[in-house]
Amino acid sequence: MNKNRRSFLKAAGLSVFALSGGLAAVPGATQARTAPGRYDRGDNAPHAKRWAMVMYTRKFTGPEDYEPLIVACHKEHNVPNIPGAQNIKWFWLDSYEHTFPDDMNAYLNEKIRAASYPLLCNHCTNPPCVRVCPTQATYKTEDGIVAMDYHRCIGCRFCMAGCPYGARSFNFIDPRKFLPAATPNPVFPTRMIGVVEKCTFCSERLAAGKIPACVEASKGRILFGDLEDASSNVRLALASNFSIRRKPSLGTQPGVYYLI
Amino acid sequence: MYNAKTVITGIIIFIVLCTAPFWVGLTGKNYKSTGIVLPKDEKNCVENVKFMRAEHMRLLNEWRDEALRKENRTYIASDGKKWSISLQNTCLNCHSDYKEFCEKCHVANSVYPYCWTCHIIPGESK
Repeated sequence: MNKNRRSFLKAAGLSVFALSGGLAAVPGATQARTAPGRYDRGDNAPHAKRWAMVMYTRKFTGPEDYEPLIVACHKEHNVPNIPGAQNIKWFWLDSYEHTFPDDMNAYLNEKIRAASYPLLCNHCTNPPCVRVCPTQATYKTEDGIVAMDYHRCIGCRFCMAGCPYGARSFNFIDPRKFLPAATPNPVFPTRMIGVVEKCTFCSERLAAGKIPACVEASKGRILFGDLEDASSNVRLALASNFSIRRKPSLGTQPGVYYLI
Repeated sequence: MYNAKTVITGIIIFIVLCTAPFWVGLTGKNYKSTGIVLPKDEKNCVENVKFMRAEHMRLLNEWRDEALRKENRTYIASDGKKWSISLQNTCLNCHSDYKEFCEKCHVANSVYPYCWTCHIIPGESK
């Protein structure tokens, strides 16, 4: 009896090992490819190690100067305009105190203190939203963009709690009823009720070789480029100007720089 | 066997009744084509018809992950042709008639994908 049991356990153990080992040895057994073709980057897509944005805020005279940028972004991405507290924010404006709450200096230049500042997702190097997302619906791409896959968003809003910049908005109601134009932009989807959304750094435009919509509409007052490339336009602007970022003490390393 | 005649006849009737749908189906009389209307200008889809019919939803899922997560936004089909990965800008370019193409087949097969809560059907405002 004893011997029988021993040999049975041996055989069973060996066969379980062989079965599981055999499965693991097949490459990609768990994630089989469907398509017979291959995948590639776009031919005219620019490459960067880390995309970043530099805002020449002193070249904007008032909130109305930002209006074309907001319109361009929201039309491009079918961002709804919902009256009240449930609005969707991709590119928006706020006061100095709300934009740079860490800055405690008294007797600041009155013009700077009274101005409005453009806000968008900071595409952080260490994005808290990505860490807290339970479904990996939000993630970081290779070139530093914090992107979202709305298909996978379950609307738990952890990312909204995680984001220190308020850059994420939840669709409490069907956004299609509040689109900015009578007909939505047919080349970009809308979102649906129950998902969180935010600025994408125009990754879909970058893939087609275009610069982000707000950068295009800013007529040179917003720079967009590779932060890791010492000769890029953003690095040259940062090297020759004093810049600040939002809430630097949190260590998220935002990718949006403000030249005040 | 006790009451063999009735029991065996009963079993045969039971089996015939149970498998009747298959026999009726084999005659092909009740077969209805979904009547989908194919795009007029384009003859070839990304891959061959058989593959697209059976696997288009898996291909779309794979396209989504490749494009969004790996930033591979170009698909090189098995015949070497390059396609830009986009449901709205590539697929719907040819398959522009939602009612006659997507919907007919989906309704006939009782599948109701929720692509269109976000993706925009061509020619549909809001």
